[in-house]
Amino acid sequence: MPISEFKPKIVAFCCNWCSYAGADLAGTNRLNYPADVKIIRVPCSCRVNPIFILRAFQRGADGVILCGCHPGDCHYTTGNYYTRRRMTLLFSMLDYLGIEKERTRVEWVSAAEGAKFAAVMQDFVKTVTELGENKRLEDRRCKKP
Amino acid sequence: MQEAMKKRAKELLASGEVTRVIGWKKNEFDYDITPAVFESAEEIDRDFRYDDFCGPNLSKFTFKNQKNDTKTLVFLKPCDTYSMTQLITEHRVNRDALYLIGIPCFGKIDIEKIRADGTDGILSIASEGADVTVKTLYGDKTYVKADVMAERCLACKSKYHTIYDELMGEEGEVMETGRFNEVEKLEAMTPDERFGFWRGELSRCIRCNACRNACPACTCESCVFDNPDTGISQKAAADSFEENMFHIIRAFHVAGRCTDCGECSRVCPQHIPLHLLNRKFIRDIDKLYGEYQAGEEVGQRSPLVNFTTDDAEPDIVRKGGK
Ligand code: SF4
Ligand code: SF4
Ligand code: SF4
Ligand code: FES
Repeated sequence: MPISEFKPKIVAFCCNWCSYAGADLAGTNRLNYPADVKIIRVPCSCRVNPIFILRAFQRGADGVILCGCHPGDCHYTTGNYYTRRRMTLLFSMLDYLGIEKERTRVEWVSAAEGAKFAAVMQDFVKTVTELGENKRLEDRRCKKP
Repeated sequence: MQEAMKKRAKELLASGEVTRVIGWKKNEFDYDITPAVFESAEEIDRDFRYDDFCGPNLSKFTFKNQKNDTKTLVFLKPCDTYSMTQLITEHRVNRDALYLIGIPCFGKIDIEKIRADGTDGILSIASEGADVTVKTLYGDKTYVKADVMAERCLACKSKYHTIYDELMGEEGEVMETGRFNEVEKLEAMTPDERFGFWRGELSRCIRCNACRNACPACTCESCVFDNPDTGISQKAAADSFEENMFHIIRAFHVAGRCTDCGECSRVCPQHIPLHLLNRKFIRDIDKLYGEYQAGEEVGQRSPLVNFTTDDAEPDIVRKGGK
């Protein structure tokens, strides 16, 4: 598939209290972000188990991004501090296994940051488009021809 | 040491201080040693062993075979004490029902290294100081112990016992044996080389789950790998994704709790260097959140259930700041 035609599938886990609202704001302000980003709402960024991230790749995602409230602003006070440690270690492990480190990302997006949400998604989609299809963490049985 | 241990175990049984003893017993071959529960002096006289083949970590065995209503004596090598301390911290064993004796360890022999040399038909093996003498159907062979020692023992982190009620022999020290050298080598490779390396290793996994079953950090009542609803339950991996999945998840689950006891690599029938995954987590934790050794003392807080407000951002991985 030529690069120009390749549209990556992106899964964005967004916490209910900040980032999901930020995405909503991006929408109501009619800010553009690529339609390839599929948002999955989670109560808090720390609800995201490493299995979720791997599973998203298995089911055909080319990039997975996790968005939460800014550190210090988590609705549950400290959830995203745990997220931060977990994801740092998980991403480092993926890199250690030779899986492209640009395919995973964590961003802090508040409910007021609609513009940031759109910009982050555009940038992430661009990066993943350049990387091409996810081959290293795929399950071919889960991919549609 | 074996005779002194037997004597002490029998004393404690006779005085009623303990009613059970957890130790090692020899099976058909000298190198075929398994954990066992002994309940009488006769059983101890007949089967009890402590030699350079007593690799199994008795902490996990104790977790599986504990009894609350009676006291059990457990013999622990230095690395086993770390596992035991971690199990106590996690409230997985009942400290009050245990009588712990720390014992010295001079490195365990990896029978596979002797077999890899083409040595077959082994009748008996004796390890004395730096020499290992193997009697086989085809004659005798001698090895230098350091050449046939288990990988984890060559990179032993400590001869110090983190917990005991009683110590036999001399107390040792924490050691620096370059256990992260291999991790560093991998880190220095390109992502493509690393991917190739791990495909070669992980694709051999037959999902026997021995690594999980032997791991003292894997004591969950119901493990994700036993739950059919997770979609990653016990079965042979169908493709490279599932091979990666199992190992990433298991290493992640024990991150911050893994004491680097080396049981996982020891029991793997496919000789997959699982310690390289755990040590990567240990090293990252050390670098990012400060030096941490699981099982050092009771009540430690694992770095993964802890935080500081100025921890590094996950971006540090992407930007290569580490
Ligand atoms: S012990 Fe080895 S072969 Fe068995 S599941 Fe673990 S890694 Fe795979
Ligand atoms: S993961 Fe391996 S080294 Fe770590 S505690 Fe478990 S068995 Fe020991
Ligand atoms: S693999 Fe995970 S869920 Fe299973 S026993 Fe180990 S820590 Fe528990
Ligand atoms: S609620 Fe948003 S990160 Fe916890």
